[in-house]
Amino acid sequence: MMIGLACCSNSNMKAIRGVMVAGSTVLLAMSIWLVVDFLGLRAAGDASEMLYTGSWMWYAPLNIHLAVGVDGISVLMLLLSSIIVFAGTFASWKIDPLPKNFFLWFCLLSTGVFGFFISIDMFTMFMFYEVALIPMYLLIGVWGTGRKEYSAMKLTLMLMGGSAFLMLGLLGIYWHGTPEGGLHTWNILEISHNASIDPSWQNLLFCFTFVGFGVLGAMFPFHTWSPDGHACAPTAVSMLHAGVLMKLGGYGCFRIAIFLLPAAAQELAWIFIILTGISVVYGAFSACVQTDLKYINAYSSVSHCGMVLFAILMLNQTAMTGGILQMLSHGLMTALFFALIGMIYGRTHTRDIREMGGMMQIMPYLGVCYMIAGFASLGLPGLSGFVAEMTIFFGSFEHSDFFHRFFVIAGTSSIVITAVYILRVVGKVILGPVQNEHHRELTDASWWERLATVSLIVCLAGIGFFPNWLNETIRASFVPIIDALNSVF
Amino acid sequence: MGITLPILILAIPFTMFLVLGIGGVKMPRKVAGVIGILANASLLAICYTVAFRYFFSGDTQFIVDGVRQQLQVFDVTWLAFTERLVVKIGFLLDPICAMMLIVISTISFMVHLYSWGYMEHEPGFQRYYAFLALFTFSMLGLVVATNIFQMYIFWELVGVSSFLLIGFFYKLPSAVSASKKAFIVTRFADLGMLLGILVLTFYFPTFNFIDITHNTGNVLASTGGATFLGASVLTWALVLIFTGGMGKSAMMPLHIWLPDAMEGPTPVSALIHAATMVVAGVYLVARMFPLYLVEEASMQFITWVGAITAFYAAVVACCQIDIKRILAFSTISQIAFMMVSLGVARPDIHEGLGYMASMFHLFTHAMFKALLFLGAGALIHAVHSNNYTAMGGLRKYMPITHWTFLIGCLAIAGIWPFSGFFSKDEMLSAMFSYSPFWGYWMTMVAGLTAFYMFRMYFLVFWWEENPHYKEHKPHDAPWQMSVPLLILAAVSCVAGFIPFGHFVTWNGEPYDIHINAQVAATSLTVAVIAIAFAGWLYLKKNDKPSLMRQALPALWTAAHRRFYWDEIYLFVTRKIIFGGICKGIAWFDRHVIDATMDAFASMTQFVSVKIKGMQSGSVQTYVVWYFLGALVLAAITWICIL
Repeated sequence: MMIGLACCSNSNMKAIRGVMVAGSTVLLAMSIWLVVDFLGLRAAGDASEMLYTGSWMWYAPLNIHLAVGVDGISVLMLLLSSIIVFAGTFASWKIDPLPKNFFLWFCLLSTGVFGFFISIDMFTMFMFYEVALIPMYLLIGVWGTGRKEYSAMKLTLMLMGGSAFLMLGLLGIYWHGTPEGGLHTWNILEISHNASIDPSWQNLLFCFTFVGFGVLGAMFPFHTWSPDGHACAPTAVSMLHAGVLMKLGGYGCFRIAIFLLPAAAQELAWIFIILTGISVVYGAFSACVQTDLKYINAYSSVSHCGMVLFAILMLNQTAMTGGILQMLSHGLMTALFFALIGMIYGRTHTRDIREMGGMMQIMPYLGVCYMIAGFASLGLPGLSGFVAEMTIFFGSFEHSDFFHRFFVIAGTSSIVITAVYILRVVGKVILGPVQNEHHRELTDASWWERLATVSLIVCLAGIGFFPNWLNETIRASFVPIIDALNSVF
Repeated sequence: MGITLPILILAIPFTMFLVLGIGGVKMPRKVAGVIGILANASLLAICYTVAFRYFFSGDTQFIVDGVRQQLQVFDVTWLAFTERLVVKIGFLLDPICAMMLIVISTISFMVHLYSWGYMEHEPGFQRYYAFLALFTFSMLGLVVATNIFQMYIFWELVGVSSFLLIGFFYKLPSAVSASKKAFIVTRFADLGMLLGILVLTFYFPTFNFIDITHNTGNVLASTGGATFLGASVLTWALVLIFTGGMGKSAMMPLHIWLPDAMEGPTPVSALIHAATMVVAGVYLVARMFPLYLVEEASMQFITWVGAITAFYAAVVACCQIDIKRILAFSTISQIAFMMVSLGVARPDIHEGLGYMASMFHLFTHAMFKALLFLGAGALIHAVHSNNYTAMGGLRKYMPITHWTFLIGCLAIAGIWPFSGFFSKDEMLSAMFSYSPFWGYWMTMVAGLTAFYMFRMYFLVFWWEENPHYKEHKPHDAPWQMSVPLLILAAVSCVAGFIPFGHFVTWNGEPYDIHINAQVAATSLTVAVIAIAFAGWLYLKKNDKPSLMRQALPALWTAAHRRFYWDEIYLFVTRKIIFGGICKGIAWFDRHVIDATMDAFASMTQFVSVKIKGMQSGSVQTYVVWYFLGALVLAAITWICIL
């Protein structure tokens, strides 16, 4: 795809769009095919941990491989990413200036994301993680709005700080993950089978890796890059970033921090439960008073992504399954939100909710979509958020001690706060009287915008109506991780 | 019973929602109206078929040895949380469900027909019918739920349809804020319900109603006598689940959304906020009644909440000006009546008379309250105002509305032979048998009910003719609106003679019901006195009401302002939560957390600016640093050796 793009001349918008649309459609089709094929293989009784595995030596002295393989969770993540890339392409139909360069970096970002999800070698995983991060800087810095240089720098530096921790953690796992005399390996599966990391090392490494990934997952107090970064990023980048990139954090947390360091996870989960529990409530409360649509949504993402990490830290199958469902749900929902905010901003040139009102009368299509996104966010049955949140709550409630109960109840209270900030925006911006008479001349969505939103809404409703196949797929994929956790005792 | 009809009951309104919701924009309003009414007529036919087959066919699926059975027509897996905790979507047919099918389909059909006239000129007519269909779907899904989680799902969906319909006139800020308030208050209550479900299923991991209500002993045993803050966990679970019911049924202190919900179109108030959705709380308790019986404390809680709410709402209703608000408070009060009746129901007191009476009243109340709301809609349609001050002397101009409204008022006041008399008499008998105190208390509320209803009736239809009628002569509504009024009035006249005890009882065993002469005499006397008093005050224009108001100004103002509940809520939410907590957190985030992060950056910059002078290129400075470093190293080595 990137090669195709590079061949296009910069002035030829049509060709660039053509390549992007073709590429993202093929990507989407391939992801769907992958999911179907994966489910077929599983149904046929293939019970190995990872399917489609392959491994190529990359740098022998350090035993680095380009090792790939997917389980139920990664295929769903790939599907999510391709849906968002697809929708994002349509949402940035009229990007200006330098469309070719924009899409080039956009594709590089996607490459990083896809590479991350299919890697089972820690080093390549880390490399793809970095590949996904760097384009963010340029995408925000060049095509962003507002204080874009500051935000881009802040986002990149904070995430880089996170990856420094991460690198330390991964190196530690590399050096300690093999029994005495064995060949050191980066392969996640091999390390998990060895299961021999010294517990005292585990604790330290767990903190490093969890914080490293947690920064990307917007864990309190390392979340402040998120509001500024999202507010300044162009639409498609916000979509991809909040929709997929933040999921890298959650994915890494359970795939590396918990899977490879189960003893530490059991022992230290409480620290991070406190932090993520704070994220959930704190993000929601913060969102209640923001006046910029993107800030509201960014804080709402802090709250929802906090819920993902929170669920993963519950260390039981139901809650962790709920966490993954929440990743999917939040990915789609927040992408829809950012797409809509981008579309509204493109028309009104303001994101301040005090300057807008009565959009339903002016652009009913976008208004309805915004309300649907809002309902998904506040957990309305029939859309995906409800399924995810309920699975998390019922899973987390299995812990009966006071500490867990307290945080679970605090977490459930977020469904009310979410309703408050969502309805505040809907009531102010979408409903009510028209605030600015000039806005009456604005037009409703164009076909590419409709395509972008409809594809996301269909997915949201699809998960909301028929969640069980996802639930079963994810649940089955958690078996090795749960086994690792149980083997500690 | 085959699964075709039950599936259709859910599928018809849902399909209608999709068709009208997606295709409505391009549809002429006539087509939308015809689709809506035809779909509802078929829904009505199907619901009646199912209910009649359940009650009268005598099939052994439905009735065994004279005992009515609970039948799960279908139950399909929707989401499996764990191996044992599986959410299913199904269709449970039992007496209360069959009764609710009749209530919902009847009122829904009447409202659809009525709206055709009432909403004819409103923009967004198609959207309105789509939302009504969504509501009908969710409400039907709620009553047929086989398990508490399915109920919770549809519970949320009725909440959102209520939100959409209250905010139907979305250009008006008042409608928007009323819909927001309704959603958030009920959402808060639903949080309680969710926590209750979490607690209950933690100890007894099933959602299924039949499993729960038929194994109450096991449920109790599964908690192992655990307690929390002095109450058993089962009581906590039940009270928390009931909190959800308090929200939807507008019990104190979560009642504040219902009066504001009157911002919605009037037919919506008749359907959602009088007849169906607001009784969901009563239905929830009735559904889990055997389990509530296990915990005496939870029954007491229900009784107290109901009794206080009933009295409060009745007092407030006496001092309102807006006729829809009067009806809203009257609804709150009547639902609280049903709650008390459930709360005092015990199997050993006349075989659970309170339960039967509560369901009976739910049925009759749905009919006459829908009638009253639709009548109020006709009045508002005629004079274009919600306040009785714009009305008066309307009996000559609007005879159909007048007579049907009078029937509604007589029914709610509990005058023989209208339906309210019978159901109220059964409820009061149950309360008197449980404890005379609650009996007398609720008789007093019944008296207040008669008073405020007739206060409104006299002020609207008698009193004095409003001078505006000369310019704008009010007249009866078109046939689409009058026909539902007439039908519902007819039902309100005869529904009392239904031998309800044969159909709906707490354990399915039918029995005969009798009028308790003593209770009937007391309540009739009280009601007649109250009506006479209202007539004395309001029949003709006079200054007695204003004298009374001046005699007790503080009480009148307080009751008129609903005893300041809204102000208290506003203070807590706006000042404390929004102004204190939210603003505080947002400030903390920007000025502490973010500032710390920025401080790292500026510190790095500061340090780098300071030390960049060292790279000066001047050899002399380097030499000085070189020797200093060497000295320090030497010192360290020396110390280490020592």
